[in-house]
Amino acid sequence: MHFLLDNFWDLSVTGLAQGAIYALIALGYTLVYGVLRLINFAHSEVFVTGTFASILVLHMLGLGSDDPVPSAGLVVLYMVAAAVAAMIASGLTAVVVERVAYRPLRRRNAPPLVFLISAIGASFAISEAVGVFVGRNEVRVPNLVQPQTQFHLFGAAVSNRQILVVVSALVMMVALDQFIRRTRLGRGIRAVSQDPDSAALMGVNADRVIALTFVLGGLMAGGAAVLYDLQFGVTRFNAGFLLGIKAFTAAVLGGIGNLRGALLGGLLLGVMENYGSALIGSQWRDVVAFVFLIVVLMFRPTGILGESLGRARA
Amino acid sequence: MSTVTDRLRGLDARRVELVSLPRQWWGSLPTPARWVVLVVLAALLVALPVLNPPLLSTPDSDFPTVLFIVGVYCIAALGLNIVVGLAGLLDLGYVGFYAVGAYSVAVFGSPSSALATHFPWLVCIPIAIALSMVAGVLLGSPTLRLRGDYLAIVTLGFGEIVRLTALNSSKLGGAAGITEVPAPPGHHADGSPVFGVLDAKPYYWLALVVIFLIVIASRNLERSRVGRAWLAIREDEDAAELMGVPTFKFKLWAFAMGAAVGGLAGAVFAGQQGFINPESFQIQLSILFLAAVVVGGAGNRLGVVVGAVLVAYLPERFRALAEYRILVFGLALLLMSVFRPQGLLPSKRREVELAVRREAVDA
Repeated sequence: MHFLLDNFWDLSVTGLAQGAIYALIALGYTLVYGVLRLINFAHSEVFVTGTFASILVLHMLGLGSDDPVPSAGLVVLYMVAAAVAAMIASGLTAVVVERVAYRPLRRRNAPPLVFLISAIGASFAISEAVGVFVGRNEVRVPNLVQPQTQFHLFGAAVSNRQILVVVSALVMMVALDQFIRRTRLGRGIRAVSQDPDSAALMGVNADRVIALTFVLGGLMAGGAAVLYDLQFGVTRFNAGFLLGIKAFTAAVLGGIGNLRGALLGGLLLGVMENYGSALIGSQWRDVVAFVFLIVVLMFRPTGILGESLGRARA
Repeated sequence: MSTVTDRLRGLDARRVELVSLPRQWWGSLPTPARWVVLVVLAALLVALPVLNPPLLSTPDSDFPTVLFIVGVYCIAALGLNIVVGLAGLLDLGYVGFYAVGAYSVAVFGSPSSALATHFPWLVCIPIAIALSMVAGVLLGSPTLRLRGDYLAIVTLGFGEIVRLTALNSSKLGGAAGITEVPAPPGHHADGSPVFGVLDAKPYYWLALVVIFLIVIASRNLERSRVGRAWLAIREDEDAAELMGVPTFKFKLWAFAMGAAVGGLAGAVFAGQQGFINPESFQIQLSILFLAAVVVGGAGNRLGVVVGAVLVAYLPERFRALAEYRILVFGLALLLMSVFRPQGLLPSKRREVELAVRREAVDA
């Protein structure tokens, strides 16, 4: 208890940085759920391919895992390259998953459980393919940002890395939110998520909209992948598994199908995990997360903000 | 929905078109011939580990042990089928109940556990079943009001909670687990135990007996009032509630029954292993159980058994592929669901449903 109170703001800051990554991945689950009413179990692998793509690009640009931190101008260049690579890789993976594991089943009008199994199959296959190609050990990420304390928030040190993670996550989420709310394509997504049949009658191409939501989720996961690389410095072929489950928990916590819910759920989960592990020990971190989810769902059965990708204001 | 009932009534007329060939062949056999086929099949199953047939046998691991593990998967999948296939509740944390069963046997039976009660195996089994049922009710009562996908993530979390609790509690052995788990009773004439460490054949036969009993029990359950209530809930929960089915009560029942069978599977598994640790109860196992149910054909017991056999046996059989075996397994799951969304041996009812849905789309 003492430890929690003494370090409350420190725990909050690190929790927010972790939560921002959860939230970005959670968006992928929420988008697909909003449109298809299905859990995209392979989304964790969409994320993992991004973490490796950014490392690959950095290596190709000549930045090794043991090299010192490059100069400021180069860092920006490297970071943009890594982000673009991760987003392309994750977006492509998401499209492939949709094409291979979802579209054929949609054509056959299969029951929802079967989508879950095909997605699980895709998830196993992708994760193992990564394991076969890059090996099963942890892969180190070239160091791009040396953490330095920038300022103090209520006595808690805030590092440049944490600012970078939280701010870029927020920027991406606001951009996505605006895209869904303001553009023509976004309107298509909302239409399909409200009522697929009527949307089709109004001339919305459902296949294209569904592919688009997978891509958007993939782009967000790609962004999350770069931030994850920055934050943790290592990745692994199965790094997505637990992270994906946590992100999905975050999506459900906030209200699945609800973009702002994913943000809220992610940040809340990251922070609560930190408080919980400070209170009863860090080995109970995941238990805290899941118990928190169960308790919240007992009182708010559709998550904190409720489900509403479609019902979001027009 | 009325179209579904119409089609069910017209099932016989459409049988030729809808039902797969083996089922047709089986339907055309006279009763005595069916019995002969069943007896021969049963004898083959029992003799399997002794025969050790060259193509079926697993070159890289002990064949009877693999058969036993396949049997444990069958038990667990049959239990999960009650929850997923019959009542239509998506449970992604089934391994939690499996772990509760296994740990019950270990905690109550092992002389080196924290309780040190050292109960014999036969006493531990009912305790394991009872405790997993309690776990099912404990998880179910706050969460069964949630729908579909919410339930999925909550159960998944429950599975992790159980594993992490075992991992982090020194009373439950922590990461090292618990050793000296009791084996089933019985001695050969020379005094050596029937259920020894070296020979997995008796365990396989034990698993066969348990599978047989569970198939009979769940078949009776499905045809009872409870089973019809589950079916109604699976098809349309609101309609069932309106028709006076106390849906919450029956969903809780499904959870408790499924949990009991899962616990039994875990208990049988723990007895053969002799020691258990949290490593054996990863989430991936829940996913494999679910894959067994869906790949085989949710709702159909024979299909579920076939699914469990595939899911447990294939990775063992193709151990030679080493690095690639999970990759191949994942692709197999993917292809299977794309090309046979109804499962390998679907329940007749589900097959008709799928056909009706497809017609609705084509029309």
